[in-house]
Amino acid sequence: MSALIQLNNVTKHYRRGKEGIAIFDGLTLAIEKGDFVAIMGPSGSGKTTLLNLLGGTDRCDGGEIIFDGERIDGYSEGKLADWRARSVGFIFQFYNLMPVLTAEQNVELPLMLTKLPTRKRRENVQTALKIVELSDRAKHKPKELSGGQQQRVAIARAIVSDPKLLLCDEPTGDLDRNTANDILGTLQQLNREMGKTIIMVTHDPEAARFANRTLHLDKGTFAEVTA
Amino acid sequence: MRDFDLVRKNLFRKPLRTILLTVSIFMAFLIFGLLTSLNVALNRASETGAASNRLIVSNKINFTQPLPIAYVNRIAATRGVTGVTHSSWFGAYYQDQRASRFVGFAVDPETYMAIYANDIRLTDVERKAFIAERTGVIVGKALADQYGWKVGQTIPISSNIYVQPDGRRSWDMKISGIFTGAKPTDSTASLYFHYDYLNETSSFGRDQIGNVAVRTASADLNNSVAKAIDNAFANSPYETSTVDEKTFGQAFLKQAGDLNFIVTIVVAAAFAAILMIVSTTLVSAMRERTKEIGVMKTLGFSSPRVLRMVLGEALLLSTMGAVLGLAVSAFVLVALSKSPAASTFGDLTMSPLVALAGLLMAITLGLITGAIPAVSALRMSIVDALNRR
Repeated sequence: MSALIQLNNVTKHYRRGKEGIAIFDGLTLAIEKGDFVAIMGPSGSGKTTLLNLLGGTDRCDGGEIIFDGERIDGYSEGKLADWRARSVGFIFQFYNLMPVLTAEQNVELPLMLTKLPTRKRRENVQTALKIVELSDRAKHKPKELSGGQQQRVAIARAIVSDPKLLLCDEPTGDLDRNTANDILGTLQQLNREMGKTIIMVTHDPEAARFANRTLHLDKGTFAEVTA
Repeated sequence: MRDFDLVRKNLFRKPLRTILLTVSIFMAFLIFGLLTSLNVALNRASETGAASNRLIVSNKINFTQPLPIAYVNRIAATRGVTGVTHSSWFGAYYQDQRASRFVGFAVDPETYMAIYANDIRLTDVERKAFIAERTGVIVGKALADQYGWKVGQTIPISSNIYVQPDGRRSWDMKISGIFTGAKPTDSTASLYFHYDYLNETSSFGRDQIGNVAVRTASADLNNSVAKAIDNAFANSPYETSTVDEKTFGQAFLKQAGDLNFIVTIVVAAAFAAILMIVSTTLVSAMRERTKEIGVMKTLGFSSPRVLRMVLGEALLLSTMGAVLGLAVSAFVLVALSKSPAASTFGDLTMSPLVALAGLLMAITLGLITGAIPAVSALRMSIVDALNRR
């Protein structure tokens, strides 16, 4: 396997008042195509910051981030937005669906950034909803859906434009065990059957078991790697 | 789904809030539509028939003060003057002093018809009958329609100024003709009768007139003729002020106050209030959606596209309120113009210019009220937006 995304010597600092805090100071990481990686670590270890850097929603102060052979850390904001729309699907802990839109409209959002004709868009939305087994809830608004169903809609939204990379930030943090396992099973299925590369930040060791491997992040460095 | 669908759905996420905001904007544009159209109509009415080569001579103190009738012949002899007539405000009403007041002038029929032939349209028969009949009166079509008057009918016209020696305020007048204006939209809610009839029967104001209308050989001579007339009567007990008809009409309007100024102040106050209400509401509405904006940007919506959508919401809101306000004010104006009381204004319909100005104001309002939330959405970093609780 070759690396889909690679971080070379990445540094990232935050300012808190007059004090500068180093989150990463020379972080290096490579995630292979088709991998399913769980990232664990205590609060403040930089898990979410790492996810932001991998997803191009935040910028590193130094080093390089390479996606599919191309450096993305120097992209302009507009180019980075295009890249996210094309290459990355995001799944959040609290689903982050648009409350004014139905499930199918939420799923359609990323397709508004493409030039697909309406009919093709509709087909893609139906396919995505079918994959997450929510075709019968297409016309429902988020408040009419359970937490697990909302997260399924969020997964459908993440995969509808067929990105190579799925970034999941505590995707089961707001769900009960059974629902969480269902969601994780769906992610595993997306990884195994559709070849999606998945990077999942989690506090939950049970969730991490669904991944192919787990990286332990502490104080900005990978302290331990377990298979 | 298109961007517009998203804009529309976001705007109506809290329908009550959107309805209340739309109603506030609607009220501002209703006020704008009505007041501006009334002001335009009044200005137009004051200029109706104003000819470039006609001057009005009135008392220098105020046009409500009289001039001696002897001035008419002296003015006629001024170099550059090709015609002269005079008129006197009668304060006319029919039966009910409060409900049925209208414009009424005592005039010298022959000279008045000669000078205003183009503005007061009568048949030759009617014109001749009016000149010949001492108690004759010509009434505008709007008045005739309002009161159901016919040619040949004798009607009692009262004055809130003049009184007959026996105390009566009413003069019997025989309708010699019904006139129309130069244009269908010109006001015809007025009447004209013989000055001689009034002069001989009034208990006061004998041989006094309201003002003198002067026709000059050319508009280029207006200034010199006006100066010559005013100089001729300088230092007399009745000094004159001579201006062109348009200026006189505007001065007449200003008796009721500076309407342009009043309309501007009222409309500006309404819009200032709306601006504050709508912009603060939109800012707080956008703050509620910070996380959603962060999510949209995360999905790949560019910052300029998010800015356009937020501005689009403000524009849609202001345009909805404006279109409703302007449409309702247009309907109200149409309904008002059918009322006899409003016939003095002439054409009361909303002009395309007023509608266009309203729409431009709506766009400006939308851009201003949407500017702060749109720019903050543009600048918002994804990380900060997603971390907002």
